[in-house]
Amino acid sequence: MIRIGIDVGGTNTDAVVMDGARVLAGVKAATTADVMTGVVNALADVLKASGKAAADIDVVMIGTTHFTNAVVQRRDLARTAAVRLGLPATASLPPMVDWPEDLRDAIGNLSYLAHGGNEFDGRKISPLDEAELNAIADDIKAEGVNTIAITSVFSPVSDECEKQAAAIFEKAIPGAHITLSSEIGRIGLLERENAAIMNACLRDLSREVIEAFRGAIASAGIRGKFFLTQNDGTLMEAAFAEKFPVLTFASGPTNSMRGAAFLSGVKDAIVVDIGGTTSDVGSLQKGFPRQATVAVEVGGVRTNFRMPDVFSIGLGGGSHVIETDKGVKVGPTSVGYRIITEALIFGGNTLTTSDVVVAAGKYDLGDRAKVAHLSPELIAATEARIAAMLEDCVERSRLSPDPLPVIVVGGGSILVDKPIAGLELIKPDHFAVANAVGAAIAQVSGEVDRVYALAEIGRDAALADAKAQAVEAAVSAGAARDSIEIVDVEDVPLAYLPGNATRVRVKAVGELHVV
Amino acid sequence: MSSKGYLLKESDLHPLSLGAALLGTGGGGNPYIGMLRTRELIRSGHEIRVIGLDSLPDDAFVGEVGGIGAPVVGIEKFEEGHECYHAVRAVEEAAGVRMSALISAEIGGSNSLEPIIAAAYAGLPVIDGDGMGRAFPEVQMTTFFIYGAPTAPGAIADEKGNVVVFRKVVDMFWLERFARDAAVAMGATAGLASAPMTMEFVRRTAVPGTVSEALRIGHTVLDARRDRRNVVEAVLKVTGGGLYFTGKITDVRRELTGGFARGHAILSGIDDFAGSEARIAIQNENLVLWVDGEPKVMVPDLIVNLDLDTGEPITTEVLRYGQRVAVLGLPVHPLMKTEKALAVVGPKAFGYPELAFVPIAAPPAPAQG
Repeated sequence: MIRIGIDVGGTNTDAVVMDGARVLAGVKAATTADVMTGVVNALADVLKASGKAAADIDVVMIGTTHFTNAVVQRRDLARTAAVRLGLPATASLPPMVDWPEDLRDAIGNLSYLAHGGNEFDGRKISPLDEAELNAIADDIKAEGVNTIAITSVFSPVSDECEKQAAAIFEKAIPGAHITLSSEIGRIGLLERENAAIMNACLRDLSREVIEAFRGAIASAGIRGKFFLTQNDGTLMEAAFAEKFPVLTFASGPTNSMRGAAFLSGVKDAIVVDIGGTTSDVGSLQKGFPRQATVAVEVGGVRTNFRMPDVFSIGLGGGSHVIETDKGVKVGPTSVGYRIITEALIFGGNTLTTSDVVVAAGKYDLGDRAKVAHLSPELIAATEARIAAMLEDCVERSRLSPDPLPVIVVGGGSILVDKPIAGLELIKPDHFAVANAVGAAIAQVSGEVDRVYALAEIGRDAALADAKAQAVEAAVSAGAARDSIEIVDVEDVPLAYLPGNATRVRVKAVGELHVV
Repeated sequence: MSSKGYLLKESDLHPLSLGAALLGTGGGGNPYIGMLRTRELIRSGHEIRVIGLDSLPDDAFVGEVGGIGAPVVGIEKFEEGHECYHAVRAVEEAAGVRMSALISAEIGGSNSLEPIIAAAYAGLPVIDGDGMGRAFPEVQMTTFFIYGAPTAPGAIADEKGNVVVFRKVVDMFWLERFARDAAVAMGATAGLASAPMTMEFVRRTAVPGTVSEALRIGHTVLDARRDRRNVVEAVLKVTGGGLYFTGKITDVRRELTGGFARGHAILSGIDDFAGSEARIAIQNENLVLWVDGEPKVMVPDLIVNLDLDTGEPITTEVLRYGQRVAVLGLPVHPLMKTEKALAVVGPKAFGYPELAFVPIAAPPAPAQG
């Protein structure tokens, strides 16, 4: 199978062509304001470098930070109505209660509490009130909003209320974009509701972006299927991703860590992914990123996605280098994707980390003559500062005194040429495009998270049922059935509840099935 | 603390809930929802005053309140808001008295905040203390009931407006049974208020100063994290506890026995504990810690698992393979270590008849080298 992996970052759009486990070619192109041009350029470059024709490509996998960045930067977000069903329960905390104010305002700060919802055992909290929902629909319409997120209490147990409410809103507001929380999140009302609202407010943008990707792939002459990668490093079809853009959150760090493991052949390591503006540091365990154990915030909003435990520092290839009275300051500000016009080596006027590395003779990039005037003192001080920043973040993500290797990937890896914190340094081939490799090797998953009454069906039958459902979910997401493995099983008895109620989560992962 | 106590500020809520989560010893429910609810009340102008055990006259009445239900339900179907408040009012009505202050049944976990929220609605102060000094799974496991607090009238209220009053309850175990059944019928989130206690009684039986202690622990963790100091060491210093194990979780087994969700976490030692293996028994909270087969810390002393990197307390339901944790033992208050108390909250009461309670004493000597 010949596949293309693409990673659209804030600074660079990277692409690789892979034939099975072999990387045929990898390229970097600048991310463009319209996204599509950058993808078109990267596709053209990588096809040319690989010597493959567009017709040879079976499948394209894209990882993008576009949606995360839209939330973080509060731009291109649709005004969204958040509707929660569950009154009188949950009245103490309205939707978006713990959101940063600017984000809440950016999407219109429009929320409603209504009756409905279920108990943990499926009983109704209160009946759905059609008149109440119609009044809410009128109000949403009067606000000129047509994007709605519906969250019902215990919808992972029963999604009936969310579906009924959606039908009422669809009738009242034809063409409304509606996100149901049961489609994206797990138990934990506020976090699931947050994810549903963020998903809803990205729907307009996702249509544009997915359409742009589709156009870029078509204009390159590629006819293969196209997928996006989600936060756990697995794939979703483009049409699905258009409906659930929130699932792309944090796929970037996951892809670069999976790519680093694949390229280096090392399964346990610390991965430092140095981009243009930031460095992401995380740890690999058995080839997968270590998951965060606490709730992860995106753009200041708490979610319950399982995300890689990664932290970022403001150090990249485009970071500003500024001389101050207290010494040299590196980052967190950066020229970002404007590095190709603003850095000194490219004829610009801004001193960046890349300029210093080139001046030190560590790497050949741009025009070295343009940085010949930098003093050896400045170069030494900047290099020392970069080394200290990297050492600090590697030490922080080290979970044991074991001498784990450090894999350095990403376009900004040129900043590193010696061991960090005394640990073995690995810079694999194709290090600059590890994230695109991570996208290209992504698998397909299916997940189940539900509550079983073990008193009724017994543990073995419950686990078997959950596993079967997870496998089916993986198959319908595009996995080849005979490649599917159950990678995660978790059953947690719910204290104090009758019937030995147990929450079961199962995740199945398989290779992409390509016809 | 002056007799007027102090007002809780919005900036206290994060440290308070962090400290409460730590004192939850793995259980007690996540205080996040309660923290947000309290924050909303403070932002809308409610005053929350914390007063010392010496602040009220002997004959003043104090109400003990807490949420009752299942923690995992509490993060999904959280409160309408007035559950505990309605229960307190029902108890006052049934007993024919007015409360002068409220006190927490358990400082560990989400119940640290329930009395604060009810008190905000009632315009009453909250007493700096609680009935456990930690978290425990059942109603009777408070110092108040252990030392003879009246078991009736009590009341339980849900979000729908249902209030059930327990007029006559022969002992605290019956109260637990009735309240538990009512809570499940109510959808596993409810507010429970116990019979009025006199201030004189509360002064003798409460674990003192625990609201302030939770605050202090939370501030310690946050300060250490901000200054990049070792969080575990800072917690040990402020709590007077000891580090009993440092390890990586290699297995988490959960099973249902006798209707209880029990389990074990197995840890393989790292750092000073390399080569050792530890086991922690779990029933909502951490119950017993064995290191290389030897029981080292047991209920009612506190066993606290902290994430080795961040110092974040790890609750039992999120324990999973691969986590690296520091296992701390914190001495429980002496009121919880008497013969009378051990009968209710000692290892035997939790199904370990072979274990005679051995309190942790001074922190273990730091490892050599």
